[in-house]
Amino acid sequence: MILAVASGKGGTGKTMVSDSLASVWQHPVLAVDLDVEEPNLGLFLRPEPVRDEAACLEVPVLDPARCNLCGACAQLCQFKAISLMGAQLLVFPDMCHGCGGCMRVCPQGAIQKGQRVLGRVETGLTASGIRCLTGRLRIGEAMSPPLIAKVRQHLRAMADEAALDVIIDAPPGVSCQAMMAVQDVNVILLVTEPTPFGLHDLRLAWQAFRSLGKPMTVVINRAGLGDEGVQSFCREMGLQVLMEIPFRREIAEHYARGGVLAEFDEEMRDLFTGLARKIAAMAGAGGHHA
Amino acid sequence: MRELVVISGKGGNGKTSVTAAFAYLAEQKVLCDLDVDAPDLHLIAHPALRRSGPFLSGNLAEIDPAACAGCGICHGVCAYGAIQKKGGRFGVEAAACEGCKVCVALCPAKAIAFHDRCCGTWFESETRFGHMIHAQLDPGQENSGKLVTLLKAKARERAALVGLDLILSDGAPGIGCPVISSLSQATLALLATEPTPSGLHDLKRVAELCQGLRTRSAVLINKADLSAEYQAAIHAFCDAREIPVVGHLPYDAAMTTAMVRGQAVTEGPVTPFGTRVRRIWAELQPLLEPAWQARSGEHQS
Repeated sequence: MILAVASGKGGTGKTMVSDSLASVWQHPVLAVDLDVEEPNLGLFLRPEPVRDEAACLEVPVLDPARCNLCGACAQLCQFKAISLMGAQLLVFPDMCHGCGGCMRVCPQGAIQKGQRVLGRVETGLTASGIRCLTGRLRIGEAMSPPLIAKVRQHLRAMADEAALDVIIDAPPGVSCQAMMAVQDVNVILLVTEPTPFGLHDLRLAWQAFRSLGKPMTVVINRAGLGDEGVQSFCREMGLQVLMEIPFRREIAEHYARGGVLAEFDEEMRDLFTGLARKIAAMAGAGGHHA
Repeated sequence: MRELVVISGKGGNGKTSVTAAFAYLAEQKVLCDLDVDAPDLHLIAHPALRRSGPFLSGNLAEIDPAACAGCGICHGVCAYGAIQKKGGRFGVEAAACEGCKVCVALCPAKAIAFHDRCCGTWFESETRFGHMIHAQLDPGQENSGKLVTLLKAKARERAALVGLDLILSDGAPGIGCPVISSLSQATLALLATEPTPSGLHDLKRVAELCQGLRTRSAVLINKADLSAEYQAAIHAFCDAREIPVVGHLPYDAAMTTAMVRGQAVTEGPVTPFGTRVRRIWAELQPLLEPAWQARSGEHQS
């Protein structure tokens, strides 16, 4: 069973809900941070590192001795990663999307495989036995989708190997990065806040993810703040609100200390245990325990 | 032209509310929402649309089933797994297609078309704060930064046309392509953060990005009273990097209350919170002057 914790708007509490669910999850679980630009899940789950490896994209490296300046590669490249300037072929590996087309069309075999480091893929294990997997984009690297794709490969391998349930902390927004994170999941949990911004971005997320035909449900964070818009929207669209986290300074302070919300007090622990049970039940029909 | 971009790394640090509060205070500027994936500034600015247009970016492959011989070469060469066989026929999954053209070039039957791709819509509007340039990326599209670049070009064009010398932009979360694009030619990046483990962690990454791109930055600490420990850690980090901290905002519902009214926190009756934001805006002014950049010796004009 795979759960994605997503949201249109950033900063609504995705990570807080993900780490809390992981900490009360009944079945052995893998907590995955796919918000590779700003991965935060590990700051709260604090795993002991197990593995940390570079993730790379295959990019062209030119062998000038073989190149006859025919320009076939530059003509094909849609990303301005190769350009023919007079009698010189220039390669810009930072622009490359890793399609491999230049290597295929070069009649001289003048383009070899090189690598650009996208970032790191880290795995770890917490004291309480939660497995962790994180993608961490290299600062200055523009493209996060290929790194997200690499982390998803690790996710499948780790989940299958040890029959783990998976909780994904997804990137914010509804662009392709967020869509990649929710693609293969059984349930999508949308975390929002009851404000005009929260509602607007919840609607964007709901519209974007609806086409996937997966069960979707909502957690409202900072309940009591703002207005009634999110509640009305959820009623209207038949989105069930499974849990409300109250707007309380003590909760924000707990988070600011690096605390997992499910460990805030007995009541919170029970609330998250109930939430985990409901989500597992939602996944029931379509879900699987490998 | 002076360009102030408000970013944060982590989402939910108050970027948009702060930008709106500045929009009310800044006299002569073009307002810009560069968070094209989940834009929210319009919920406070209430723009009246003047012009809009499609944002075309990249291409999408499409297999003509009548011409396809079913050889499967396209499936084999696609690096993105975008070509799959379904019901005995090869087809392109639009969401996975990167628009690289490799399948088009290698199809022996020339059965693959290569269409322009519409990824969103840009808008030029008027608001009570002045001109506004904004956009909406279509769901599932790659947020490549090209739409951000387009908006910035439109904002500069607009500012030059009507003789305004400031572009005030609400940026995107993260450190990827849209953020990198939003920093191009920026005079100053204002980094909104909060004193939490994630706030500090994400601030460090986004500050390092700015440094790598040689963009000057300043820091605003929102919800500053949540943790004395992390507030001190943010100050220590900023001191070490010589990044000015232009002010603190308290943990307070004031910005949300204003948002519910559809207003900037600086609008309406004078409040202590609004006054703090005014003070931060005043602190920022010298940092937006060319003289300050010249003194800093790092920024190339």
